[in-house]
Amino acid sequence: MKETSPLNLYKQLPQTNCKKCKEETCMAFAAGLIARTRKVEECTPLVDEKKYAKKLETLKSIVAPELRMVYIGVGEKQVKVGGEDVMFRHQMTFFNKPPFAYDVADNMDEAKLIERVKKISTWRKFYIGKWQGVEMIAVRSVSDDPAKFAACVKTVMANSDFPLILCSFNPAVLKAGLEVAAKVRPLIYAANKDNWKEVAQLAFDYKVPVTLSVPFDLDALKSMAVTFAGMGLTDLVLDPGTAPNGKLLQQTLLNFINLRRAAVEEAQRDIAYPVMVLPINAWLTTDDPVRASYWESVLTAAFVIRGGAIMIKHSLDAHSMMPDMHLRFNIYTDPRTPVQVKPGIYKVGNPGAESPVFLTTNFALTYYTVESDIASNGIDAYIIAINTDGIGVQASVAGGQLSPTKILDSFNEAAFKWEDQKFPAMVLPGMAAKFSGELEDLFAGKAKIMVGPEDSGRIIGWMKDYWPPKK
Amino acid sequence: MAEKITLSDLNKTLTEMNVQSLEGLKIEGDVEIEIDAGAGGVGPLFAYYFGQEAAKIAMQLMNFAKAVGYPVENLLQPVAIASAIAPAPKDLAAAAAAVPAFKMASALASAKFTVGVDKTWRNTIQEVTLGATKADGGSRGHVVKLGGEKAMPFFPDASMPHAPKITMDVFDMPIGMAKAVKMHYEDVINSPGEWAKKAVKKFGADMVTVHLISTDPLLKDTSAQDAVKTVEEVLQAVDVPICIGGSGNPNKDPIVLSKAAEVAAGERVLIASANLNMDWEKIGKACVDNGHVCLAWTQLEINSQKELNRKLMKVAGVPRESIVMDPTTAALAYGLDFAYSNMERIRLGALKGDEELTFPMSSGTTNAWGVRESWMVRSPNKDDSDWGDRMLRGPIWEILTGYSLAMAGVDIFMMMHPTAVAYVHEITQSLMGRIEAKTPDTAAWLKMGV
Repeated sequence: MKETSPLNLYKQLPQTNCKKCKEETCMAFAAGLIARTRKVEECTPLVDEKKYAKKLETLKSIVAPELRMVYIGVGEKQVKVGGEDVMFRHQMTFFNKPPFAYDVADNMDEAKLIERVKKISTWRKFYIGKWQGVEMIAVRSVSDDPAKFAACVKTVMANSDFPLILCSFNPAVLKAGLEVAAKVRPLIYAANKDNWKEVAQLAFDYKVPVTLSVPFDLDALKSMAVTFAGMGLTDLVLDPGTAPNGKLLQQTLLNFINLRRAAVEEAQRDIAYPVMVLPINAWLTTDDPVRASYWESVLTAAFVIRGGAIMIKHSLDAHSMMPDMHLRFNIYTDPRTPVQVKPGIYKVGNPGAESPVFLTTNFALTYYTVESDIASNGIDAYIIAINTDGIGVQASVAGGQLSPTKILDSFNEAAFKWEDQKFPAMVLPGMAAKFSGELEDLFAGKAKIMVGPEDSGRIIGWMKDYWPPKK
Repeated sequence: MAEKITLSDLNKTLTEMNVQSLEGLKIEGDVEIEIDAGAGGVGPLFAYYFGQEAAKIAMQLMNFAKAVGYPVENLLQPVAIASAIAPAPKDLAAAAAAVPAFKMASALASAKFTVGVDKTWRNTIQEVTLGATKADGGSRGHVVKLGGEKAMPFFPDASMPHAPKITMDVFDMPIGMAKAVKMHYEDVINSPGEWAKKAVKKFGADMVTVHLISTDPLLKDTSAQDAVKTVEEVLQAVDVPICIGGSGNPNKDPIVLSKAAEVAAGERVLIASANLNMDWEKIGKACVDNGHVCLAWTQLEINSQKELNRKLMKVAGVPRESIVMDPTTAALAYGLDFAYSNMERIRLGALKGDEELTFPMSSGTTNAWGVRESWMVRSPNKDDSDWGDRMLRGPIWEILTGYSLAMAGVDIFMMMHPTAVAYVHEITQSLMGRIEAKTPDTAAWLKMGV
């Protein structure tokens, strides 16, 4: 959507202020559409009443993302790919983080295949109050044998409900895979200049999204996209080629930048499809697994930042998955929403009179990190989140947003009853240790000031050594 | 053309073909069945609406009809099939009607891809030279140039005149380091000169940064007089341009850095750094008086950065070609999104015409080692998947922190781990098209072993 004025969207709404969408006015709803916090379908009169049919159609076309959105998979694991409106994240936000599809191959023996599928499906890491994980599985046909491929897809589906990418240039192989998996709406990879007719037929017959693979030739890629769109096939993903090294790597990035620019800045709808990245290609450049996984992460980072909409990856090593997941999370965090928690007292587990009070700031990352370190170790405790305008401990100690008087005020506001505590004590983050003297004066007779570890990951060890406090 | 057959003939033949039943199939009167063989049959449409079994039977029926010469000139219409196969509910028939007839293109279209450049980018980032050779009154073997960009990094609009540079950290006293970092410096940890040599000769640093952290009143409280001896030691040990850092203490840094600026007069070092919370004017003037470059450090806030740059220029008299900005590096997983967008906004603002922001940027990439994921042995969260080997996790954390910010516009990285330095160098050089390598067949991954 290029529109920035709610007024122009308001014109396409019923203008009855019926409040069915829970907004006070249609104008407020229009503002929500601009902010992307509301969806057209949430205006039920517009959808249900025939007289609004034309308005509905117009509104839908105005709010449609500049870069087409493609759905892969079904049910709650379904992923949205593309659907972006901006070139740089601070211009609004990036909406749909590129799903990571980790590969399996049809020449793996069954036990190994199942093990890998399970590892892909269950990998997780806690970060800012959420579990990070993988979204998809890419099934590669190494055998080029339709029956083997179909069997592999069947095994994958029996062991995971992740959306799939079926990967082969052989239409017979893809067809065999689709016979098994079409009902879960996989993405097929890929149509190329040799097989495009057969693959287009498959995409139509099985009603699945399809990847167009035309490496390093944007004219030919666009030609194929135009051809497919002309056949009514618009659930497309583009593979403009991912070169893992050399000068073609530079060309790869330039292609991604140009495609994104054409889509969101120049509204070139005939090339505005989500783009696929193949960080897995790092593995074609070296036999050293550490080198390959590092380089795969580097490629991932480049295209998470510059327009990759879906990625096929290989390394399941923690040292590759963790940084890639965090980078994607950071880049796709909505910069319009402050990442803060409400200041105040929080309970973790079932804290009582003998529990400690840990102090931290209301920066969401900081807060959730402390909370998960306490909760996952089965500790019952209070946490007080001080309002530092969403700044972390180290920076707020340096910048003055966290100070002894602020801490005193926060406890007063929260009306925390020290007199109910058997061991009235607050545990400062190690990085705020320098406040302990001043706090001892401020809380004299009310609470003891203890200095905790610099990293909350060490709270568990700290508890063993220092809690309950010695007199 | 073959002769027509009757429906009873058809049924009889179907029975002979061992088709047991055609439940739900009613054929009444004169049914016209049209098949487009070019569309590969109509089976899947049946499969879509009526399930595979019915479709198989229907396919047999179609093939049979075709074989015995039923008219096959035109496309088989979805609605016709839907109502032919079963007395479909109205909505199903409507849904079938909504499916457009599929017509295979006979050849690929011939389109050209074109895209413009960003015409709003009209400013050039200030070029800044670090280091001075003998010819310019210094003793460095070469100089390092930053800035000069006319576009976002690695964008097609304009090439970058200078590759991003890396300056490696050297400390004037032993400090706590992550295990993966420490192993590379244990032999030089007590000798800043040897440390600097190792960074340049062994690890290929473009520059070194000597951090005078021992001057911190809470550490050794070394006097400025004593601390600057380390600067002399490093200047003699290596001939690359250097950067001089303080301890971060806002009261002492102006004193220490001014003294250091005097000692290094003529060498055009990068003085790190001036900050709004300290006597930035003293530091700025020390840079001007001794011919150095001033690093203007602010904390993730674009307006503060403008304010500090303005003050350094207008009040302290620092010339434009002697300012580099450090808008703060929040590392991967510890607020990288803020650092990234802050830098990207600064660079875009500069390119679009904000003269208070047209300076090269520096990143304290070493901050990556403050992130627990970079150094902790295992996850404090018991429900996390295994965190793997921290000796491998740490360097990649520093690589991605630095490299992401290279994409946002950073010109010079302060870094620590030799592997991270090598990778950030390699990827930034690659994206400038400076590395020749044989690119493998980019479709070969499909058949790669696992």
